[in-house]
Amino acid sequence: MSVLEVERLSYRYPGAGAAALTDVTLAVEPGEFCLVAGLSASGKSTLLRAVSGLVPHFHGGDFAGRVTVAGLDTREHGPAAIGAMAGTVFQDPETQVVMGTVRAELALGLENLGRPPAAVARAVEEVALALGLASLLDRSTHELSGGELQRVALAAALAPRPRLVLLDEPTSQLDPVAGDELIWLLRRLNQEWDTAVLLVEHRLERCLAAADRVIVLEGGRVVSDADPAGFLGWAAGAASPLQTPAARMFAQLGIEPPPVGVRQARGTLRRRDLLEPSLGERMQAGGEHAGGSSRSRPPLWRRSKASAKDSPALRMHSVWHELRDGPSILRGVSFSLGVGERVVLMGRNGAGKSTLLRHAAGLLAPTRGRIERGGRVALLLQNPGDYFLHERVEEEASAPALERARLSEMGARNPRDLSGGERQRLALAVVTDSELPPTVLALDEPTRGMDRGAKSSLAAWLSERRVDGTAVIVATHDVEFAAEFAERVLLLADGRVIADSSAGEVLCGGWYFTTETARILDGAGQALLPEQGAVILGERMSRAPTAPGPGSGESVKRPRVLR
Amino acid sequence: MSVLIAYRRRSSALHATRASVGALYGVTLGTAALIVQHPVVLAGLLVGLLLAGSACGAARDMARTLRVVGLPLLVLTVLVNVLVSRGGLTVFARLGYFGPFGEMNLTVEAAAYGLLVGVRLLIVMLAAVLVSSAVDPDEMLRSLRRLYPGSALAATVATRLVPVLARDAQRLGDAQRCRGDGGASGARARLGVLRAVVGGSLDRSLDVAATLEVRGYGAGGRPARIPRVLSRHDVHFALAAMATLAAAIATRLSGLATFEVYPLLHLSLGAGALLSALVVPALALAPFLDRRGIAL
Repeated sequence: MSVLEVERLSYRYPGAGAAALTDVTLAVEPGEFCLVAGLSASGKSTLLRAVSGLVPHFHGGDFAGRVTVAGLDTREHGPAAIGAMAGTVFQDPETQVVMGTVRAELALGLENLGRPPAAVARAVEEVALALGLASLLDRSTHELSGGELQRVALAAALAPRPRLVLLDEPTSQLDPVAGDELIWLLRRLNQEWDTAVLLVEHRLERCLAAADRVIVLEGGRVVSDADPAGFLGWAAGAASPLQTPAARMFAQLGIEPPPVGVRQARGTLRRRDLLEPSLGERMQAGGEHAGGSSRSRPPLWRRSKASAKDSPALRMHSVWHELRDGPSILRGVSFSLGVGERVVLMGRNGAGKSTLLRHAAGLLAPTRGRIERGGRVALLLQNPGDYFLHERVEEEASAPALERARLSEMGARNPRDLSGGERQRLALAVVTDSELPPTVLALDEPTRGMDRGAKSSLAAWLSERRVDGTAVIVATHDVEFAAEFAERVLLLADGRVIADSSAGEVLCGGWYFTTETARILDGAGQALLPEQGAVILGERMSRAPTAPGPGSGESVKRPRVLR
Repeated sequence: MSVLIAYRRRSSALHATRASVGALYGVTLGTAALIVQHPVVLAGLLVGLLLAGSACGAARDMARTLRVVGLPLLVLTVLVNVLVSRGGLTVFARLGYFGPFGEMNLTVEAAAYGLLVGVRLLIVMLAAVLVSSAVDPDEMLRSLRRLYPGSALAATVATRLVPVLARDAQRLGDAQRCRGDGGASGARARLGVLRAVVGGSLDRSLDVAATLEVRGYGAGGRPARIPRVLSRHDVHFALAAMATLAAAIATRLSGLATFEVYPLLHLSLGAGALLSALVVPALALAPFLDRRGIAL
């Protein structure tokens, strides 16, 4: 019996004009790992809420069709009953952790199910061990970082050993390391416990290789439901924003089928003799350096036009941020930001990125060290909604600022009714709304919950700020966005800058802080984006054209390499 | 600066005690303050409470509570009692005739009584701080859930929302400081932030409630009673609570430490009063001496 059956589900939120879901039909078998993909506002989160029973019991609205979770019809059983069969993890960890300590949080669901104390204690211990939370069990939940909270929320959902786990962008607040760990942990639990997984995720390259199946929603309808290879084939023709970087690179070269992950891509390239010696081998041969130590001249697409040495927009001299009775968050950070420069700040959760940006903007004062600012530093914090105090868009910022943010037409709307991308542009208009443009624009995790199209628009908009001489510094976990946007990358670890160099140098050759393209090409030519990878592979193909191996099922069309 | 007092598991004997006993201990100290009248014994109890707070890492919370709420309340209590009370014979200021209030004579006895009430309130407040910072609210709510599921749900949402909304307010305040126009300042800015926090609190509470729903809170299941053997700290703190309460009652009833306010101040400073001032806090502090098994 399927663990989840959705039959002709249509749903409209109360007071909404359009339906969020229309005629959705699908089934998930026990042990299946299903990825739910789609652009923003395509109905992914609503589908999860319908499966968890929150739609319609909690949200109300017009509901048609049937959703059955492990034999329970959601029309007859509420979220509490469904919760015994399906664990749910939402996007915002802050509001899904309800108890004061981690141990109590993990026990809550089990106690609500009426499990005996011994079973509760054992399940709590085991799930804590499985998710690496054993050392946090007696910690207060309000002391945990976003990443830790997300792991606690996942553990709480898994503790009752549900037959189905529903996850709504669980990696959006996690660094690449924690994000990968989470996906592989889900895969392990899925394989060992036979738990079915329904995962909503924007960064498909992160989890496609772990998935058995990809369900694509568009305008509330299922437009594709296939295995990962089938999905990529569909995406190549129908919805390019959902293509993974590897698939885009292969598509530009005309190589088919598109690869599901790095391993498959490298296998294909190896069979075609298009892979060169690995970075490790190249380093051993003394031909190339890794990380921030390279002296080699970066390729054209990575050369920075700005110089921080001339007249820096921002300069930090050995800045420390030491908490009273707590650890040091920043430990002697020094760097300069040149006029008009585009810099990305990366590092694990808790590395000190947000604190550094707050220091840059003057929200915090260093406990030691000094900060020089060439002018005003505008800071966009993680939640754009925090900036809105009025009922109309036009009251939040001046007309020129709204025009720059391409929001002039929306002056009469309520800021809370705007889409995610529009809200972010309005918040940018608010923070940059001054007589003179800011010298530095700092953004903290601006791509959370954004699809690729919205990220590209944001990168382009930020790049346009160079016209005003505004330097832009972005703290992000999104490596693909960093590669698209940054000239230079600062890598933070434990409050220290451990790498500060061009994006090509920092984002190539690593294990985690690196793009899918760079992982496939092993850092060759410092190519980070599919277009750059395609140039390199195109050159290799033209040097040594090879036929695909017999029985490989691969084919080559005429390459469409962008130069 | 956060104005919230949040529970945090620390290495202390009180933290190692089960929530029901810890809460009983705190309530007993507060009750003792209401029973005892003698200022020296009350001062001893106050010092004992501050030392207990220090022993379980709540000293800073207590100091902040004293500064922000306690001392202003103490001053207010004394002022109000001096102005309102007609008792006492030792006049230190004559303010004359005030219409319906009649003759306003300020007396030393009224000031002393105001001080007595203020110090008692202060001790009750500090006992509440001690309980808030050293007694696990989850364990308390768990017990409550067994008895009153509906009320416990409301209490759970409320206790979770308080820190969430406090962080929201902090974030919104930071965001306003980052506005390009510099943002509004002073009372207007605070009002704007308050409005936004209140507006957002509905969304926040819905999110928390949705989480509780999917975690089966409404399923009607009551948590099973966890059979737990009494720890040494459970026993010590329960005994200390009872002994402190008994000592406070004995002090009051025995007449060893008498304090009469009206009509004339009379304070006995004999050996009995001094002994009580030492014994009451000593009994309250005794369980902190056993530090076995208190680590996290």
